[in-house]
Amino acid sequence: MAYSDKVVDHYNNPRNVGSFGKDTPGVGTGLVGAPECGDVMKLQIKVNLDTGVIEDAKFKTFGCGSAIASSSLATEWLKGKTVDEAGKIKNTDIVNELKLPPVKIHCSVLAEDAIKAALADYREKNAPVDAPASSK
Amino acid sequence: MLKFPIFMDSQSTTPVDPRVVEAMIPYFTEKFGHPASRNHSFGWEAENAVDHARDQIAKIIGARDPKEVIFTSGGTESINLAVKGVAEMYREKGNHIVTTLIEQRASLDVCKRLERQGVEVTYVPVRPDGLVELDAIRQAITDKTILISIMFANNEIGTIQDMAAIGKLAKEKGIIFHADATQAVGKIPVNVEAAGIDLLSCTAHLIYGPKGVGALYVRRKAPRVRIAPQIDGGGHERGMRSGTLPVPLIVGFGRAAEICGEVMAEEGARLSKLRDRLQDMILSNVDEAYLNGHPERRLPHNLNISFAYVEGESVLMGLNKESALSSGSACTSSTLEPSYVIGALGASAELAHSSIRFSLHRFSTEEEVEHVGARTIDVVKRLREMSPLYELAKEGVDLKSIRWKAD
Repeated sequence: MAYSDKVVDHYNNPRNVGSFGKDTPGVGTGLVGAPECGDVMKLQIKVNLDTGVIEDAKFKTFGCGSAIASSSLATEWLKGKTVDEAGKIKNTDIVNELKLPPVKIHCSVLAEDAIKAALADYREKNAPVDAPASSK
Repeated sequence: MLKFPIFMDSQSTTPVDPRVVEAMIPYFTEKFGHPASRNHSFGWEAENAVDHARDQIAKIIGARDPKEVIFTSGGTESINLAVKGVAEMYREKGNHIVTTLIEQRASLDVCKRLERQGVEVTYVPVRPDGLVELDAIRQAITDKTILISIMFANNEIGTIQDMAAIGKLAKEKGIIFHADATQAVGKIPVNVEAAGIDLLSCTAHLIYGPKGVGALYVRRKAPRVRIAPQIDGGGHERGMRSGTLPVPLIVGFGRAAEICGEVMAEEGARLSKLRDRLQDMILSNVDEAYLNGHPERRLPHNLNISFAYVEGESVLMGLNKESALSSGSACTSSTLEPSYVIGALGASAELAHSSIRFSLHRFSTEEEVEHVGARTIDVVKRLREMSPLYELAKEGVDLKSIRWKAD
């Protein structure tokens, strides 16, 4: 199977590889997938607690080139978005941007799951004490 | 000077040896006769060429009589003809086949089809090193067993089975023994007499011959094995496989077998030395890299390694600009399933997802081995830097303790 140029680019030059301390204030972590399925993504966001804007994002992925590219792209898109905006990123956006073939669509689904999991983790850890927690 | 891309996928196919091409060429243009044309010199010439090739192939598998060699379109057809042909011919005698979990797809898919038609199949498991236990085969045999079908050498891990012991058992029980020797013929000594093999499948394109031609050895004496033809027509190949013989391909197949016979000992020694070098390089530079298959009883040109914490396809992606390798087998690489062969060895599914097969060939050089070894080490290290599993493992987290959400 031939990979699109964008997948190759993300594979060769992955953006934002790395980790934040899980317990750092403002950090939300999503760990999705399973080793026996051949894909695991860890995606982290670091939110500015004053503005609610995602200032930084990092990932680590075990999986094929398309899985690496999907998560790398996700970190790029997350930066600069508010937490609410970030929740609107859809797997189909990733499929279109990376031109993923049908057999690799699950990689984009996993990336969307990773975003959602990171956002949920952030919200859980940063639920305002004096206001109801935002919807999960 | 290195020439890119480097081909290290010779268990999927091999380049045709120039000497083989040379032998084939006249049979396309000048000597184009039909070997079944009995009444003119074009036919006789073609028939002689086919018989010469039959002889060359009989020699490399130790067949007593060249007439026992039937030409087919390749390994897949040979396996289909052998297994389906026996199941159909001996239906009255029994309906049970014994095979293993690590056969190639052609064998497994033929067995699955036969199961839908009422044949019973026992898939014997293998040990962690890929060897099948003789006792496991013995225990699988019933009074309805008509066929034992076993791969001589595995296409992914190269493990070589103890065919002589299995052949002896089959003889004792009066059961027909089919060997899928597509990966073994031309690479290691194969002798149907010594191993008690009754049917043997092989193919030209894995021994530096052309694609599109293979052979099935069908024993004629002690016992005389009969198979039901699967293709009807003019009754060629002693009625077992009709169809005009592809004379140029057969001539190439014969020549390829002959060359393999001449160079086997030397070539095997050279390739196993190169393979060992590649293996040492990788295993001494990468932690948690595991050799798959039996360390000694394996094909001289095969190396299969699982790299924990990185996924096989991503490793290949890092290498495929300059080298050709495979993850799992070429037959399965269009699916997302991990290698069932590595899985059958008892490895975790994660390790089955991370196996890489390096297979060397006649034209592999030391320089190529050094290059691919070094690049593999780089790529695996780079991918581990971005692997969440590697990070967790380094933190001392037991990956099995995490509740993964499998879909």
